[in-house]
Amino acid sequence: MKTIMKYVVADLIRNKVIVVYAIILAVLSFSVLSIDENPAKGLLSLLNVTLLFVPLISILFATIYYFNSIEFIELLLAQPVRRNKVLLAEYAGLTISLSLAYLLGVGLPVMIISPNLAAITLLLSGFLLTLIFTAIALLIFVLFKDKTKGIGAAIAAAMFFTLLFDGLLLIFIYSFNEYPIDKAVLGITAFNPVDLARILMLLQLDVAVLMGYSGALFKKFLGTGTGSVYVVICMLFWVLLPLLLSVRVFRKKDL
Amino acid sequence: MPRLIITILFIFFAYNGNAKTIVVRADKANAIKNALAYCTDGDTVSIEKGLYKEQDILVSKRITILGKDYPVIDGVKKGQLIVVVRDSVIISGLQLQNTGRSSMTDMAAIRLQNVKSVSVINNKLVNNTYGVYLQNSHYCLVYKNTIRADAQDELNSGNGIHAWKSTHLLLQSNNISGHRDGIYFEFVTDSRILNNTSTENIRYGLHFMFSHKDVYTRNSFINNGSGVAVMYSKQVEMYYNTFRHNWGDASYAILLKEIADSKIEHNLFDKNTVGIYMEGTSRIQVLYNEFVENGWAMRVQSSCDNNVFEKNNFLSNSFDVATNGTMMLNTFNNNYWDKYDGYDLDKNKVGDVPYYPVSMYSVVTERVPTAMILYRSFLTDIMNRVEKVMPSIVPDKLKDDNPLMKSLKLR
Amino acid sequence: MIHINALTKSFGSFKALDNISLNFAKGRTVSLLGPNGSGKTTLIKSILGLVIPDKGTISINDKQIGNDWQYRSHIGYMPQIGRYPENMTIGQVIKMIKDIRKDNVQYDEELITQLGVNKISSKTMRSLSGGTRQKVSACLAFLFSPGILILDEPTAGLDPLASEILKDKIIQECNKGKLVLITSHILSDLDGITNDVVYLQDGKLIFYKSVDELQHMTSETKLNKMIASVMRNEHTKTADI
Repeated sequence: MKTIMKYVVADLIRNKVIVVYAIILAVLSFSVLSIDENPAKGLLSLLNVTLLFVPLISILFATIYYFNSIEFIELLLAQPVRRNKVLLAEYAGLTISLSLAYLLGVGLPVMIISPNLAAITLLLSGFLLTLIFTAIALLIFVLFKDKTKGIGAAIAAAMFFTLLFDGLLLIFIYSFNEYPIDKAVLGITAFNPVDLARILMLLQLDVAVLMGYSGALFKKFLGTGTGSVYVVICMLFWVLLPLLLSVRVFRKKDL
Repeated sequence: MPRLIITILFIFFAYNGNAKTIVVRADKANAIKNALAYCTDGDTVSIEKGLYKEQDILVSKRITILGKDYPVIDGVKKGQLIVVVRDSVIISGLQLQNTGRSSMTDMAAIRLQNVKSVSVINNKLVNNTYGVYLQNSHYCLVYKNTIRADAQDELNSGNGIHAWKSTHLLLQSNNISGHRDGIYFEFVTDSRILNNTSTENIRYGLHFMFSHKDVYTRNSFINNGSGVAVMYSKQVEMYYNTFRHNWGDASYAILLKEIADSKIEHNLFDKNTVGIYMEGTSRIQVLYNEFVENGWAMRVQSSCDNNVFEKNNFLSNSFDVATNGTMMLNTFNNNYWDKYDGYDLDKNKVGDVPYYPVSMYSVVTERVPTAMILYRSFLTDIMNRVEKVMPSIVPDKLKDDNPLMKSLKLR
Repeated sequence: MIHINALTKSFGSFKALDNISLNFAKGRTVSLLGPNGSGKTTLIKSILGLVIPDKGTISINDKQIGNDWQYRSHIGYMPQIGRYPENMTIGQVIKMIKDIRKDNVQYDEELITQLGVNKISSKTMRSLSGGTRQKVSACLAFLFSPGILILDEPTAGLDPLASEILKDKIIQECNKGKLVLITSHILSDLDGITNDVVYLQDGKLIFYKSVDELQHMTSETKLNKMIASVMRNEHTKTADI
């Protein structure tokens, strides 16, 4: 698995899209961080970039890459290797390259200009989002036979998680405002990795406000380290679940 | 020059002509009480290092009590420790610990009762219900004392420095922690509170009511259960204080209630749930303060009027200002708001369009607190932008017409 | 060497393979023929484990392939379309497959030199023409001198010279006692190298005969003529019924 992964990474770090992705992120990060005298504000802009573009780019690029590699995967599978190894190696190679692009593009400027805990949290959420959406792309790849349909599904998934989900959640919160829904809302957010990443950041930037709400759950849960740990664990599940599902489906998939 | 010193010394000794120093050792029971019975006005009682288990030591003579290497007076959780009922007493260098607890009387380590010009200097007060208790006392000094306890709940605990019906006090450089309120004033006027540190008290770091014309300068109030509460007072001045990390659902760096004609200037509000909470306040000047990383920098209830907020820095707060109504009779002008994204075409360092400090989402979360979970999402971003173009729920009277383009150098 | 028993595979309602039973022995070159969609590629992919059959078994060297994957070290595969990661060089691709098949250190690099692939080993895959990629695929298939060679449309896209080199290589390997499975549209390319012919149509086995037998039956010398003749007979047979 390591062997294949190594070569996939070697291929991808010379991929134009990945390089451009890293450069755009770097230019963006440097400009928003240095334009303002207050780097915390720049960090917020980078949070928006991370929450919006990382899922979209990761899932789209990964889906296209998987579908384009189908013949190569066939060739690999004709060699004496396990099926899941080939699949996971492809995933690992892709996720390493995309994370590398993100961590270099955003991480380097951030760590040079304003290295603090909030910055590290931002990088962690961006990194986890990359892992998650590359894994979701993998699931789309094994579920769909057709590349066009797969890309469609990828775009739909990205839109769902970045916008639609929150809209539905807001409607839910407004409609059931009279009831004690804190717990339910926290539970629901676990179903959206983008929300999880955002909450991880919220716990860094806005604890003071979160502590201001009388909701005992918010306070107990979000005020302490438990909140962050819970969010990170949920996000790791978001990596593992699509991966395990993909491996399961792929075991029976005809190429 | 030497002649001058000699002259002064001469006068001093002449005045204390028959003053004597009584040395107290912890070799028999009630050593201190016995010494006090024996001494007369003007004497110095010097207490040697050791453990003295005595309670309710009454100081009724004009004496100086000096501890050497902090002798320990232990109340073994019964009664009070020292009660001063005579003017001009000096108490210094003692470690006073373990007063009793009672619901009938306020048990204090040092109680000043109807006195003038008493000084409490350089003592260590440990695990007492009340630390220094000033009752109807005037012109007293409480200086450089360390006062700490570990109170568990509000009911069974007392205050670090408690003053009632007093005037002209000077509280300086004390370090207070773990009490109910760090400093508590009720009907205390014309006093100065300087350079004190009040941390980790379970209720307020500073709490005063009906205390007019007091000045608070360079104090730090950090990590207290509910921050600082200031109520029903006039002509209060607060300069250069630091309010930090006061977190919780009823926690404010400063809670102002029914305060008038006061000044809050050059203070730092850092990482509090609410920087300043105002209710029924009038004619307060809030100038040159810095609000950094607070949940809400300010909550100005609509019952406030004629307050002025000028030349403050608002940096990295989750929300700058929140309010409960649409009326706004206060003035915001010339502040620096880091969330301001207007422009300055005439280059006069003042933004050309007004800034509205109450953000749409702060109004939303005011009504629906759970919606906070969606703060900073792409969706709420869009909502904020729409609100900026077509304001509908943000109070439009609350605005800064001359927002600064650059932050002020305040510290 | 390969023993296929009652192999059936459907994609939805489409039957790609319908109860196919075949035996392939070593030292033979077998051509898999049939129109598009007749099930040739599905059959190959089933042998390679890329397609999971619904029913039936495949045994290689008397060992049934199930979830086992090691049997593939006996196989060299040349796919119909060779697409490789764009930014990898030819050298890297060859090195990678060598790394994957670590168990085998005896390399047959004859084709690499004969096809001139070694001279362009630093070129990236993106810059290669379809024919050159086919050459790379062919080199990879033969690299580990496996007992079984599976070649899917090997000569499509190859220039005549390379095609001849490949054919010679196939004959040579077959003579060494290896089993070669070839699918091809270009029947003339199979002349002189194939020993047996398997003809599939609509997932069914139409016939499996040696070239000698076919020659005897049809008294033709060219493979395409033989097949055409047999198919004509088949049709008249069905028409008779």
